[in-house]
Amino acid sequence: MSTERRFLLNDRVCDLLSGDRGLVLDWLRRRRGLVGTKEGCGEGECGACTVLLGEPDSSAADQHAHEPDGAPLRYRAVCSCLLDLGELPGRHLVTIEGLNPPVGLNPIQQALVDAGAPQCGFCFPGIVVSLTGFFLGSADLSRRDAVAALDGNICRCSGYASILRAIDELCGSFAPRLDASQERVAQLAAWGIVPEYFATSAAHLSRCSADAQLEAPRPARSGTEAPVLLAGGTDLFIQQPELPHRCEHHAPVVRLSRRRELAAIHRSGDRLIIGGGVTIEDLKHDQTFCDLVPAAPEALDRFASTIIRNRATVAGNLVNASPIGDVAVLLLALDADVVLKSGAALDGAGSSGPERAVALRDFFLGYKQLAMQPGEVLTAVRIPLGVGNDRVSFEKISQRRFLDIASVNSAARFALQQDGTITSVNLAFGGVAPVPLLARKTMALLAGRRLDAAAVREAVGVLLGEIAPIDDVRGSADYKRELARRVFFAHALRVAPERVRFEDLL
Amino acid sequence: MNHGDLFLHVRGESTYVDDITVPQGTLHAAVLHAPIARGTIERLDSARALQHAGVVRVLTAADIPGENQIGPILPDEPLLAEREVLHVGQPVAVVLADCPRTARQALKDIELRITPLPPIFSAREAAARGHLLVPARTFALGDVDAAWADCALIVEGRAATAAQEHFYLETQGALAIPAENGTVVIHSSTQSPTGVQRQAARVLGVPMHAVAVDVRRLGGGFGGKEDQATVWAVICALGAQLTGRAVKLVLGRAEDMVMTGKRHPYEADFRLGLAADGRFLAYEVTLYQNAGSAADLSTAVLERSLFHATGSYFIPNVRATGLSCRTNLPPFTAFRGFGGPQGMFMIEAAIDLAACRLGAPRHALQRRNLLETGSVFPYGMAAENCSAAACWDAVDREHGIDTAARAAAVHNSTNRATKRGVAVMPVCFGISFTNTSMNQAGALVHVYSDGSVGLSTGAVEMGQGVAIKLRRIAAATLGIGLDCIRLESTNTTRVANTSPTAASAGADLNGAATQLACRQVLAQLLAAAAAQLNIDNAERLTIAGERVCDNGERTQLGWNELVRAAHLARTNLSAHSHYATPRLSFDRATEKGRPFAYHVYGTALVEVTLDVLRGTAAIDRVSLVHDGGRSLDLKTDIGQIEGGLAQGLGWMLLEEATYDAKGRLLQDTAGKYKVPDIKFAPAELNVDFLPDADNPEAVLASKAVGEPPLMYGIGAYFAVLDAVRAALRDAGGGIQNRYDAPLVPARIMALLAGSPRSSTRS
Repeated sequence: MSTERRFLLNDRVCDLLSGDRGLVLDWLRRRRGLVGTKEGCGEGECGACTVLLGEPDSSAADQHAHEPDGAPLRYRAVCSCLLDLGELPGRHLVTIEGLNPPVGLNPIQQALVDAGAPQCGFCFPGIVVSLTGFFLGSADLSRRDAVAALDGNICRCSGYASILRAIDELCGSFAPRLDASQERVAQLAAWGIVPEYFATSAAHLSRCSADAQLEAPRPARSGTEAPVLLAGGTDLFIQQPELPHRCEHHAPVVRLSRRRELAAIHRSGDRLIIGGGVTIEDLKHDQTFCDLVPAAPEALDRFASTIIRNRATVAGNLVNASPIGDVAVLLLALDADVVLKSGAALDGAGSSGPERAVALRDFFLGYKQLAMQPGEVLTAVRIPLGVGNDRVSFEKISQRRFLDIASVNSAARFALQQDGTITSVNLAFGGVAPVPLLARKTMALLAGRRLDAAAVREAVGVLLGEIAPIDDVRGSADYKRELARRVFFAHALRVAPERVRFEDLL
Repeated sequence: MNHGDLFLHVRGESTYVDDITVPQGTLHAAVLHAPIARGTIERLDSARALQHAGVVRVLTAADIPGENQIGPILPDEPLLAEREVLHVGQPVAVVLADCPRTARQALKDIELRITPLPPIFSAREAAARGHLLVPARTFALGDVDAAWADCALIVEGRAATAAQEHFYLETQGALAIPAENGTVVIHSSTQSPTGVQRQAARVLGVPMHAVAVDVRRLGGGFGGKEDQATVWAVICALGAQLTGRAVKLVLGRAEDMVMTGKRHPYEADFRLGLAADGRFLAYEVTLYQNAGSAADLSTAVLERSLFHATGSYFIPNVRATGLSCRTNLPPFTAFRGFGGPQGMFMIEAAIDLAACRLGAPRHALQRRNLLETGSVFPYGMAAENCSAAACWDAVDREHGIDTAARAAAVHNSTNRATKRGVAVMPVCFGISFTNTSMNQAGALVHVYSDGSVGLSTGAVEMGQGVAIKLRRIAAATLGIGLDCIRLESTNTTRVANTSPTAASAGADLNGAATQLACRQVLAQLLAAAAAQLNIDNAERLTIAGERVCDNGERTQLGWNELVRAAHLARTNLSAHSHYATPRLSFDRATEKGRPFAYHVYGTALVEVTLDVLRGTAAIDRVSLVHDGGRSLDLKTDIGQIEGGLAQGLGWMLLEEATYDAKGRLLQDTAGKYKVPDIKFAPAELNVDFLPDADNPEAVLASKAVGEPPLMYGIGAYFAVLDAVRAALRDAGGGIQNRYDAPLVPARIMALLAGSPRSSTRS
């Protein structure tokens, strides 16, 4: 058996067999009899199938490279209904069964029971797993982080009040005991939050996959289909439900989530370079990015849920070419450009093939059409550091405030002089055109003007002339037009509260 | 070990249908459903589907050995469409294959040709054309026609509520296992094991004793599995009977959403008349219920709407008319509240309109007209032990209704970008099946010779906590610890002829039956104890703390020793009991009677903030006082209140299930239909029980709790409307006499911006 397909399933080493493919959720339930992980929706919208996926922490991997125990594992709660088996090798998959103590309940489970939180019970394995992800990942074990960790776990019975009481209990009792100098997993194991075997999982994984060349791309098999470029899969697997069953069987797969070089964020010259494989959750927590764009954390909080953001990538939100992508809209406003490399380049370890840059404003050609050649990979997004001096505003209106796709989303970037003169402006809108739209005419009108109520009122007329929303399940065209008008007002009120008042606009 | 459900839930060790280990050779079913809303089937050919490797059989109506009929009230619902299809999502054929994927892939190779016929989707249009399930029903009190003349103010308007998807986390599913001698065992995620058994026997053409239905628990039901779990279970049973192999069917989320019915959409015309002092004098309402293409439970749902047409208020002159309108949408079905929420929404809308016209606080009119003990409902029953005012006043005392309203007004006078809204929602909900014959239950208790106890009833555990309540009742009655009592699965061979677990009555009915059965066993055991202790009069004996007591004094005889001795003395250690709720009656000829054992009362104060610019609302605080009687399990009851409230808030502010011009569900995936998430929850929630509450009409003075709290959510609609009006007053807007729920952001925006809203069709 090749160790290349070896991974940890809870406390055991596990090998994928040659016929094993498809979704992790199905495999767990049907092949392994691990039925604690539930299927509630099959599209990442409910969290009943949440599992933990641990992998060597790329940020710490280099400093641990020569240690026999390997780098500590970093765990993320993810949806097993949007995860295919090929993602498992070299990683640690943890299900609810792998969190249960041999007898009794762990503190998370006990707190939920004490609060009387479970009713029908179907969503609770996922909730326990997500809260474990919170304990593994939250810097300060704050209530805010705990609630955020459950933002993708739907409970139809409880109304969440009892779950929130359990969270209060957990945070109240454990946050004060947190010792930053101790390794987190060891501390959680001592508390009983995770089982003892977690403390040795990194070493275990490092030994069992020592021979595997996990960082190198898998050679493309002689498939009958074009290679599949797979990153998080959180949208791709919903658009193409058969794909997980074809991966590596009919179609060779380039697994971008294994490319460490795609997951980095760094400065280069006058730009911030965000790797295409950076997850939305990592972007949300990246200090450099958030310092550059203070509006970003709140904006990215509105993107799907933690368990999706833990897999979904920056590049994915661009190349899926949705006219309503939150990241696409934000990056358009930030004057970003994208770096495209040919896929062949990615197959070589050096990944130094030909590349080109395309301004994001020229990237979206039409509905689901991109300025991208077949075989190209979006390896990075580049943001000019100059935007750090600008005022940025993000707005998203959706039926449900969180965990929803927008009816209309929008981002604005204004460079203002002391007297309010607009030296540069970007206005991006989602949900009002076949593509994430840069409102060029409105921008042209505003450039050089002084930002005040009169300018905003004049500009909104131009804006409404250059958008063309349609009726769909996210809202009627009329509604979206009204939203576009109002989120534009909201931008103005946010970036220039000293110049524009609510009363002047509505 | 005998852990409770909660312990198993958090360890992921609770068993649902999809978790049951299947027998070797189990087949998996996939269902082909009608793609159009109405038409005649011209051709149905499965030859190409049968060529798929792994496909074993394709079932159509022609394969049904018994009756192709599963309608629970009216015989108008075939299991599989035969000559015509009547709604998008109607099951037409079933593929049985080795694995679920193969079965689903083969569906597209079934050739189904349908000649379309013109469908009807609107309840009012169906009514106009006379497409009613049953003749219109009218509940009347006093002389409403004469009363209008006495009214100082009369308001008229329209209101409508939308469909609501149940979104139980566990989708519909069943596993049927054939057994010897033509029998079948069905594991079903159903609230109605007997209903599944009855319809399966009907379709298979076998007696009911050839079908056993077993239910361990449900991953949520909320009414959606009261009747609509049946079709999937019967499909599996049919497949098992015809192939001799086990058949499993678990619906995918999108399949479930498209094929199953939801809470009924209602439209209504209302007219409310008030005296100069604010008393309600006359109320007339016509309810148009969109029933969908088959009766399902719609007539019973409509009946409950009529029972709750006057909400928590006494109105001396009432005429409430209800029409169950047949349309070409999926059959709408039971959903927590069962028509009650729709009936209550309409009267609250009427009160709102009256308050607007009077310029009076809405809550003043509500409080002025609350029910009191002795108040007569339109259906002739007088309110008993009425705690409507007590709950209201407790909320007012603890949380200050006027204070909240004044604080909102102050905020609104100084803020234009945000507006606060306040509303109070009193709830009065009748407990009992309105079909009197359904108010019965059974229980079977076995005391095993080691002292452990197995309890079976007709109740299905679906998260509402009936399991812990039944175990508590058994433990309290037998005088032993909770750990001794194991609640068995709900199985039609152990307790037969059961009513569905519904109408909030599961614990009332099955709890009372449990108490009776345990008393029987107890009497048998105490007789044995008397012999053991050489005491003539067993009536002196009781059991407490797992020990026999003589006149209250602990004896040396413990529970385990007693049971062992009783067994050796050949004592019957089992009992079966039957309970029927006393004093119930209802005459449908006169629409009068005493249909309910009692009513549940409570009041909620809802406070919200509206973002005027963005047209979105957030729930700041819900404070409620609920008359729960003496709770059988406090955490369970609090959970039911909080969870019911959340579903009500979702129904009023967030969740929207609508159909397009061809009768197709627009929100047909989990990604499109929005249920409350953790961040939608009210920022502050205060739940209190009415102190010193009591209830002589139910087991251990408890009260049913499942459905009533959902209707507190109606307050959120009027609180948001209150905030919207504050914003409109700034803009000089007027009063509307149309009330459309849910108040989702798009609808809020339509009110704020005064623009037409075209996304929703229903």
